[in-house]
Amino acid sequence: MKQQDKGKLKRSIIQSLKSFYRAFPILIGVLLLIGLFQFFMPKELLVKLFQKNPIIDSLIGAGLGSILAGNPITSYILGGELLKQGISLIAITAFLVSWVTVGIVQLPAESMLLGKKFAITRNILSFFFAIIAAIITVLVVNII
Amino acid sequence: MRKSEKSNAGWIFLGFVIILNIIMWIINSEKTRQSLNYAVKVFMKIIPIFIFVIVLMILVNYFFTPKTLKKHISKEAGKKRWLIAVIAGIISTGPIYAWYPMLNEIQKKGNNNGFIAAFLYNRAVKPALLPLMIFYFSLKFAIVLTIVMIVLSIIQGIIIEKITEVKK
Repeated sequence: MKQQDKGKLKRSIIQSLKSFYRAFPILIGVLLLIGLFQFFMPKELLVKLFQKNPIIDSLIGAGLGSILAGNPITSYILGGELLKQGISLIAITAFLVSWVTVGIVQLPAESMLLGKKFAITRNILSFFFAIIAAIITVLVVNII
Repeated sequence: MRKSEKSNAGWIFLGFVIILNIIMWIINSEKTRQSLNYAVKVFMKIIPIFIFVIVLMILVNYFFTPKTLKKHISKEAGKKRWLIAVIAGIISTGPIYAWYPMLNEIQKKGNNNGFIAAFLYNRAVKPALLPLMIFYFSLKFAIVLTIVMIVLSIIQGIIIEKITEVKK
């Protein structure tokens, strides 16, 4: 390796480690927040929030999915339970999609690392896209 | 330079979260203990992903200059950038926030917000989780939702690119 390349590699390593060091407390903060949400948000309450009205429920579903955080597997299990309780598939799909695309808990971290404008715009768009994705998916599934 | 990069915003944020945990501990110590255990478990699980992300950051900083990134993932790269965002988003593993530092590096090298948004949206498409989705909601549902998500990710990327471009 040339001396010039070694210098470039050293600079890349230092720059990357510095960036990661700056992001580290934010990542730990998000992890701790997700932990709190997992244990202080009663799952029974979620089912009670749905009104069995597809339009209102899709908004509630997208809203809940935006607030809750954690492994997508949890959202599938919760979604499966909601389906059994007679909640519309559109509402559940909005819930599943927003769970993974909208992150209220991660919003401070996303704002700090990717910019406030970017984070807010992306999350608002993702919220509405969750409802759009739900409507299109359920319509197509019902047609085919 | 973003405020969080020149100040201690990250540590202040962590400080607030720690204070919140202390308050929750006073309210319900058992649940807070469980939540802390959960956070530690997740942290241990994602250490390899953090290492992977750091290595990727080094590679991005070493091989990609703003000029080369512009060629592949900026607006000038054309449709290719969406394909890269979709594939990279789908194959990337671990929690979404683990990728923020690397995306921050990419963002610093030029206005690549559309690419970043599409990448983040595709983080929702995980082939490994498809069997579980099929189990709960059917194969038809899983396939249709996956396709819809990929298409919407590109639309979102285009919109974010336009918005950030206008506001620049």
